[in-house]
Amino acid sequence: MSSIMTSRVRQKRVAQLISRGKRLDGRGLADYREVQVEAGLIERAEGSARVRLGKTEVLVGVKFEMGEPFPDTPNEGVLTVNAELVPLASPTFEPGPPDENSVELARVVDRGIRESKAIATEELCIEPGKKVFVVFVDVYVLNHDGNLIDASCLAALAALLNTKMFNYEVKEGEVKIKPGYKPLPISNYPVAVTFAKFNDKLVVDPWLEEEQVMDARLTMTVEKDGKICAIQKGGYGYFTAEQLFEASKIARQKAEEQRKLVVKE
Amino acid sequence: MPVFYERRQLVTPGDLLAENDYMAGENTHKENGRIYATRVGLVNYDDKRVYVVALKSFYVPMVGDTVIGKVTEVTLGGWVIDIRAPYLAMLRASDALERPFKPQKDDLPSLFDVGDMLIAKIVAYDRTRDPLLTVLERGLGKITRGQLIEITPTKIPRVIGKQGSMISMVKQETGCQITIGQNGRILISGKSPEDEQLAVMAIRKIEQEAHTTGLTDRVTEMLRKEKGEKEVVKNVTEETTKTD
Amino acid sequence: MSQKKPQKLIDENDVRLDGRKLNEMRPVKIEVGVLGNADGSAYIEQGKNKILAAVYGPREVHPKHLALPDRAVLRCRYHMAPFSVEERKSPAPSRRELELSKVIRECLEPSVFTEYYPRTSIDLFIEVLQADGGTRCAGITVASVALADAGIPMRDLVSACAAGKVEGRLVLDLTDVEDKAGEADMPLAYLPSANAITLLQMDGMLTGEEFEQVVNLALDGCKQVGQIQREALRAKYTVAKEAEGEKEEAEAGEE
Repeated sequence: MSSIMTSRVRQKRVAQLISRGKRLDGRGLADYREVQVEAGLIERAEGSARVRLGKTEVLVGVKFEMGEPFPDTPNEGVLTVNAELVPLASPTFEPGPPDENSVELARVVDRGIRESKAIATEELCIEPGKKVFVVFVDVYVLNHDGNLIDASCLAALAALLNTKMFNYEVKEGEVKIKPGYKPLPISNYPVAVTFAKFNDKLVVDPWLEEEQVMDARLTMTVEKDGKICAIQKGGYGYFTAEQLFEASKIARQKAEEQRKLVVKE
Repeated sequence: MPVFYERRQLVTPGDLLAENDYMAGENTHKENGRIYATRVGLVNYDDKRVYVVALKSFYVPMVGDTVIGKVTEVTLGGWVIDIRAPYLAMLRASDALERPFKPQKDDLPSLFDVGDMLIAKIVAYDRTRDPLLTVLERGLGKITRGQLIEITPTKIPRVIGKQGSMISMVKQETGCQITIGQNGRILISGKSPEDEQLAVMAIRKIEQEAHTTGLTDRVTEMLRKEKGEKEVVKNVTEETTKTD
Repeated sequence: MSQKKPQKLIDENDVRLDGRKLNEMRPVKIEVGVLGNADGSAYIEQGKNKILAAVYGPREVHPKHLALPDRAVLRCRYHMAPFSVEERKSPAPSRRELELSKVIRECLEPSVFTEYYPRTSIDLFIEVLQADGGTRCAGITVASVALADAGIPMRDLVSACAAGKVEGRLVLDLTDVEDKAGEADMPLAYLPSANAITLLQMDGMLTGEEFEQVVNLALDGCKQVGQIQREALRAKYTVAKEAEGEKEEAEAGEE
């Protein structure tokens, strides 16, 4: 029976070290864990990618369907992001309908993609006002060792970059699939950077044990030109304005570094 | 003097009341040498302490308190009692029966059933468990007659008065027996419903004007006036019936 | 092309559709103790927003396994009435409501002394009766007042306000139309005595400098909201006090 409850002694140790600028796994306060990205592993999906961030593992699959556009955006495709905290990923994940954690995760990943306009949704229009492509981005958490948000966002970006749309033509109101593929048009590369706060110290990419002891969590999603396109504070603690401004500087820097792991220039 | 409000000013949670030398009294909280209000109420200072008399709060059980509760459930070994607190209280059979409890012979609902009101005393309570009651002392047990009213628990000390002066006066003027539960419930038992009503009026007045001075005199006066009027009405009614 | 071109939200004199200046909040009105059964309650109107908050507790936790041994568990439900929005919304909880319930709970918890009441729950209900942008902020504002009305000990009141960017300009307290058509919307909640920001979300696009300006603008809004919350709480009890004062004078006059 494994439990993810960290012992009190260890919790104290984690907090103590951080107050001295060190972390239990030897990382610097602003260092990410090692990242591994693998794209295209699920052939049945239109796009897929798996990211390992330390021991956290997230798999994202992208699927296309055809559907109706929203009434206020009749010429644009639809983006839907869903996240599942699969029970095998952690002793704390239970089977059942999405709980607040998986909903929050999905919506933060969604925000990054949507607000940065990463997907050119006008290019997903088949018949204006009638038919559009619906892009399903499904986040599948396979192992939870902290910082699901950053891993999921990175995996979602990699999966989208890996996504291929089939060629088609519209004949007499019918969509006919033609041979060949083209990549999904992606015009921005949002990257999420998550911080954990311990008293007055900010730490990037908290792993599970740090998450269990942190005061509060802050995620900033940064797009390719360094603008912030999504922010989400989580946890029961708080941040001062100065800490927010400090985080914003670090986030923009780290986002650029992390982006290079997925976007090959 | 590092205080920021005058006595008896209305403060709200988070208001900075005092700094450094003061001790944090009721409904306040000290952090980094600063004392803040934690509830809406009237702030007051004495020698070295700053405290807030809360305008609204709920009852928190204290060992030794007399409380008036309502039976909400009969269990295998006792009863669950609602004492108008964040926690439900327990009354074990052994704290209700003078002799040892025999599950086969003793029928608990016949002693106290769901809906019954009890006067009880809190014998045990701490952060790790729900309050425990007893009814095995004089004056405790099931309530069989009288009127029950509820007031906000913060006003109970005022109803009692200094060394019981207020409540003694009300008992005397109305001729009623009055049992006060620290949890904001009061039992009034008098010779007639009118006497009981007088007592209810008095208590409601005390609850409303708790923060004023000269209250005991005003309540006495009110009771006497009401009683006088009732006497007049009685006489008039007797006279009219006589002439019929 | 059936898409409507959105009308201008801000004119050349920096006046918004509803006549407000860029850094002006919508009018706010708060009433305390509006519901008879709840332990604490409050109602807020902020522009066209109409939101009710109610608190039950501290009380026994049901189901029992959710109880925490060392403090009260704060539970929060943010919910929108089906008729609160332009297009009727299904009464079933949406993902958005689930997310907002979570962030609002995380935002208010630091303000409550939950450690005083182990093994109990404090249940907070926020019902949006009419929505026009910024409902989570108005909801937090009114919920904080309801918690104080319930007599639950608190570190401080939490005040919330959103700021953002619309048509290139930084604005305070966005309406629904401004949020949908604008470039960025950032709800923020503040606990003044601890200088603590307990809620922060943003969707849109802001540069680093714009972010700092918007945060400061929102904090300004929060301070204004804080005054209104305190006045509302005082008003409820001052009426009672004044009534007593008048009664005393009247009685003194009779003698």
